[in-house]
Amino acid sequence: MLSRTAENLYWLARYVERAEYLARTIDATLRVTALPAAYIGKTNEWDSALLTAGVAASFYQKYQEANEANVVDYLSFSADNPSSIRNCIEAARLNSRSVRTALTSEMWDTINSAWIELQAVWSKGTSTREDLAKFLRFVQETSLRFDGSAYRTMLRNDAYWFSRMGVHLERADNTARILDVKYHVLLPEEEHVGGPLDFYQWSSILRSVSALTAYHWVYRETLKPWLIADLLILNDTLPRSLASCYGNLVRNLDQIGVAYGRQGPAQRHARGIRNRLEHSNMNDIFQHGVHEFIQEFIADNSRLGEIITKQYLI
Amino acid sequence: MAVAFDEMNIPGGDLRPAYQELARWLKETPPEALEYRRQEAELLFRRIGITFAVYGDSESTERLIPFDVIPRIMSGKEWTLLEKGLKQRVRALNMFLRDIYHGRDILRAEVVPDDLIFQNPVFRPEMNGQQVPHDVYVHIAGIDIIRVDAEDFIVLEDNARTPSGVSYMLENREIMMRLFPDLFARHKVAPVERYPDELLSALRSVAPHGASGEPTVALLTPGVYNSAYYEHSFLADKLGIELVEGRDLVVKNNEVFMRTTEGVKRVDVIYRRVDDDFLDPLTFRPDSALGVPGLMSAYAAGNITLANAVGTGIADDKAIYSYMPEIVKFYLGEEPILKNVQTWRCREPKDLAYVLDNLGDLVVKEVHGSGGYGMLIGPAATKATIEAFREKLKREPEGFIAQPTLALSTCPTCTATGLAPRHVDLRPFVLTGSKTTTIVPGGLTRVALKEGSLVVNSSQGGGTKDTWILDE
Repeated sequence: MLSRTAENLYWLARYVERAEYLARTIDATLRVTALPAAYIGKTNEWDSALLTAGVAASFYQKYQEANEANVVDYLSFSADNPSSIRNCIEAARLNSRSVRTALTSEMWDTINSAWIELQAVWSKGTSTREDLAKFLRFVQETSLRFDGSAYRTMLRNDAYWFSRMGVHLERADNTARILDVKYHVLLPEEEHVGGPLDFYQWSSILRSVSALTAYHWVYRETLKPWLIADLLILNDTLPRSLASCYGNLVRNLDQIGVAYGRQGPAQRHARGIRNRLEHSNMNDIFQHGVHEFIQEFIADNSRLGEIITKQYLI
Repeated sequence: MAVAFDEMNIPGGDLRPAYQELARWLKETPPEALEYRRQEAELLFRRIGITFAVYGDSESTERLIPFDVIPRIMSGKEWTLLEKGLKQRVRALNMFLRDIYHGRDILRAEVVPDDLIFQNPVFRPEMNGQQVPHDVYVHIAGIDIIRVDAEDFIVLEDNARTPSGVSYMLENREIMMRLFPDLFARHKVAPVERYPDELLSALRSVAPHGASGEPTVALLTPGVYNSAYYEHSFLADKLGIELVEGRDLVVKNNEVFMRTTEGVKRVDVIYRRVDDDFLDPLTFRPDSALGVPGLMSAYAAGNITLANAVGTGIADDKAIYSYMPEIVKFYLGEEPILKNVQTWRCREPKDLAYVLDNLGDLVVKEVHGSGGYGMLIGPAATKATIEAFREKLKREPEGFIAQPTLALSTCPTCTATGLAPRHVDLRPFVLTGSKTTTIVPGGLTRVALKEGSLVVNSSQGGGTKDTWILDE
């Protein structure tokens, strides 16, 4: 297939995944901030939402302080924020248009309908919490429909595998970021671990990656930071864990390698990251430092993106 | 201005035979049902994303072309005649182009004046003496046809560069079949759906002689911001070929390749929807990023077929248009089956004088214009506009032609106040391969939605209709 087509499919999937992640982040943050102050302490949840979205620096060039109104607007609708949900959907539609021939009609319909709704219903943003909840649901449903359409209608060929790679690379990045920020914010406060404050903070992490129920199924325990880290990093039964994302990335890259009759640096690099995840345990990671571990992972993950681009997309 | 020919009704109240079943159906169908289906059609168009971009329109960059749900119907007999005329005309166009870039018999015979060719900005000296594969220049022609009475079809314009609209012909039919299955059951409508197949085999048939048995065809688009981008992606999809942009192609050793995830792959035929000027920055406009550096040398080396060929613009020039009857006679020795609109060439002093005296009654067009821009419709224009045009004409007479305001035929059309006659034209698409010329029965009917308006261009608010050729 055309390199440009593969690139567009890959980015299209990333944009849709990113939009969903942002919607989940806002949703989880709203839940925490709706709690009485006694439960959440003095941390600014909107600040950490900006951090996990990776847009804190650009946000503060525009605003003095982070509050619900301006963060929601910046993450959802702002034209100045290249990764706002609106910009993600618009970029996804532009990419879809330029690779329409590689999309199934269901996938196109999902993106095009979302784009139409964005303009028709959400062009002025949201004014009430109810509206916002509706908007966030709309974004998540768009992503579910898109994913489902891809899964159910695409031929299992390189077009599919490149698009899946976009999903898993983006998802791994998002999961890693949220862990990094939350651990950074939460863990130093030893005295609070296990208190009610942390309970809600930690449950919001799990909510933002839709893994709260899964946690209970897997561990049958109250929320514990190291178990949460274990779930999100090492447990490959959880679709958003780093281990699971890398299992999929390696598989997709292998499928492409087989189809093209050639392996390359992308396959090797992905396999290296997966092996490291497979052979780690939480003890080692805590010894090494969670923050350091995740920082290295984020760098490795984005390096894989660069290698894929060089090997296939340009 | 003459009274427009009504394609449905004979003066006095009778119906023309092709429309009898439709008229019966319309009588049975309540207006709400029509309106409901019209809305449904619009929704379908928007969801499928059948849009076109409007340049310089900041409000929304993509618009729907309004679709009218009442089909335009023609009898099989009428079509047979039209088809014959179209094939004849396109054959002559191809011979004319070959001649202009080679022997120039027609200039020596003084049938067409030299300067119309050599001083024409769309003439491509780069094509002088160049062999194009299989001698086909216009692989895809869109010939704009109007009707003024029961007998005659008249050619309004030959589109020999990159004619667009065929996706609407195909999608209009799809949507009509979805919305009005009963109406189809009551008619025998000749199908149009084999167009993509015909196009692909025509394109394959003109592959360079050195190409492999299964030549690789690609469609070259300027990209998503082009007004006809939807059509480009639609066609690539239907043909099962890659939709490429200039940056996807690379020329090595005078061969053209596309960049793929598995390395580069040779391309043999390019159905290009990029204008000559932007094809190759090394030959044409150096500031353009749409094209492919080196494409023209690969073309000259005979390693790639471009459809349509470079330099075909000279044949759809409006000044050349006025010579088409002579061109048909010159190459084929036949009487043209399709007439031309009477045309005054403002470059000729006698004609100019006439035009200046009768500006209020004429349509004046820029020789190189398209899309309905830059024209004067005398009877509909204000005094000031006419005077402004008079100055333009005097300043640069060779830039214009004039034609009588024709009474384009009308077809019943849905309007805010119910069914009413609206003016239409027709653009059939003629495909020329190495051995055959084909036309699917029908074409794109464009309709002027404003009452009394004669402008059917989509960029000027015109709409489209499905075109039915009855299979009798």
